[in-house]
Amino acid sequence: MIEARGLTKRYGDTTAVDGATFSVAPGRVTGFLGPNGAGKTTTMRMILGLDRPTAGEVTVGGRRYRTLGAPLREVGALLDARNVHGGRTAYNHLLCLAKSNAIPRRRVDEVLDLVGLRSVAKKRSKGFSLGMGQRLGIAAALLGDPGVLMFDEPVNGLDPEGILWIRTLMRRLAREGRTVFVSSHLMSEMALTAEHLVVIGRGRILADTGMAEFIGANATSHVLVRSPQAAELARLLAGPGRRLEPDPDGALRVYGARAAEIGDVAADHGLRLHELATVQPSLEEAFMRLTGEAVQYHAGVPGAAGPAAPAPGTGAPGAGA
Amino acid sequence: MSAPAATGPRRDAGRVRFGHVLSSEWTKIATVRSTFWTLLAGAVVLVGFSALWALAFTASFDQMSARDRATFTPMLPTQVAYYFGLVIFGALGVLVITAEHGTGMIKTALTAVPRRAAYLAAKTVVLGAVVLVFGIVVTFASFYAAQGILASKHLDGNIGDPGVLRAIVGGGIYLALVAILALGIGTLLRHTAGSIVLLFVVLFVLGIAGGFLPSSWGDTVNKFLPSNAGGAILDPVHKSGSLAPWTGLGVFAVYTAVVLAAAVILFERRDA
Repeated sequence: MIEARGLTKRYGDTTAVDGATFSVAPGRVTGFLGPNGAGKTTTMRMILGLDRPTAGEVTVGGRRYRTLGAPLREVGALLDARNVHGGRTAYNHLLCLAKSNAIPRRRVDEVLDLVGLRSVAKKRSKGFSLGMGQRLGIAAALLGDPGVLMFDEPVNGLDPEGILWIRTLMRRLAREGRTVFVSSHLMSEMALTAEHLVVIGRGRILADTGMAEFIGANATSHVLVRSPQAAELARLLAGPGRRLEPDPDGALRVYGARAAEIGDVAADHGLRLHELATVQPSLEEAFMRLTGEAVQYHAGVPGAAGPAAPAPGTGAPGAGA
Repeated sequence: MSAPAATGPRRDAGRVRFGHVLSSEWTKIATVRSTFWTLLAGAVVLVGFSALWALAFTASFDQMSARDRATFTPMLPTQVAYYFGLVIFGALGVLVITAEHGTGMIKTALTAVPRRAAYLAAKTVVLGAVVLVFGIVVTFASFYAAQGILASKHLDGNIGDPGVLRAIVGGGIYLALVAILALGIGTLLRHTAGSIVLLFVVLFVLGIAGGFLPSSWGDTVNKFLPSNAGGAILDPVHKSGSLAPWTGLGVFAVYTAVVLAAAVILFERRDA
């Protein structure tokens, strides 16, 4: 259980995290979603006691991180896989961490096996690939068999096999009853792993809600229809409350109508349909709609990154509960 | 939103004590090659320069002034070697912390040991113990290396001579304090090159600059400059113009303590 109340971090005039209040519950994967520079890493650093909040506080299992006696046995974290002394072997790196938290030596071998680094355990980590480094970081996070796990952009630099592995691992850890908090700016990745979402933009918590609710509240489904008589169909479907978008490949996307209605209209007029499917909105759409204003760095649109603050309360049920 | 209290599986293990952090720091210092190379360099410089200066003294003793001959002690080659060796042992102290800042390891390490004062204390104890033991051994070696050469002109001394044993053991303590001072500087600056340069200025340049001060008050200031105060322990006989051996080392220990205290305070406050 991670709980943040009014968590704030300012660097001079810049506010990296602005009054963040949220909680991360055990037993499920909670995604921490936000554009680059939104404050995800800063928030995680404050959870781990690395950065001191300017205001507010955050606790893990009811206690501030810096007061934990054996933190690795309560919280495992992977912030940046490069945070190791490259001159030390993978085994010795983990051994140093294990000793500091009274974790038995055999656990080092166990986690090395778990992440598949046994064969390079005696190699200095400076020669590791990005993916191997990431695995070493995950081994360190799992070392103390902690009840709370945090990963900052864990799939960065991993190959498809590694991505699948970490996805499975995170779900398994959550199923075992642990608190799993994962940040990412990759929507597709989040959609696959997270059941709950904490969305952050420009340092503010925009939403703290279930994945399905989040998408439902911030984007709508539509119907994809393909017909050799698309132009005629489009004419028949047009009407108030409906929006039609032709796809470049000839398909038609219809907003504001159910698949059944479209099928009936086509049948009534003897039009042939080659495809008729309801398309669930993607997390990406929902996210874009919510954070459109909150992205810190807009690409190539002068003036677009104006001071527009995220509209308070925009689809943010549960934030601050 | 209320959720059930954290129920993650917990490993029942013993309480973490300072000894665990010490043991971790010991593993850290023993598992990087830079420790080995720095200590080896320190040994080579102390023993090698001690032998070289013994050769130089043996060759030029007859041409030395009566005053210089009168103040010559068999410890002198080792004392000169210390000028060059100090910074190397200091470099080890600097690296113990700045290598962690440089690599980012400090973030991982502080997640494991968030009690920062305890973290720095463990580093200090381990570094101090390693350099103390190694320093005493190497100082013995450098003393004997010099005596072998000095013997050709019957300038050699004995471990039993007044003040010699104190100078050797005290020298080891001095080296340990230098390493700890360096650890403090490294913690404050968080940067390897910058810390070694500052250490070099404190131990070397200050001592030279002090020599240019007007003697009316400069003599007093000079005695208290870090390298002069600390170096007093290496003299078997108390020389005029310097502090008494243990007083000098004590003054150096105070400097070290002040820097270390500042380091702890800043280390506690700063974001890692």
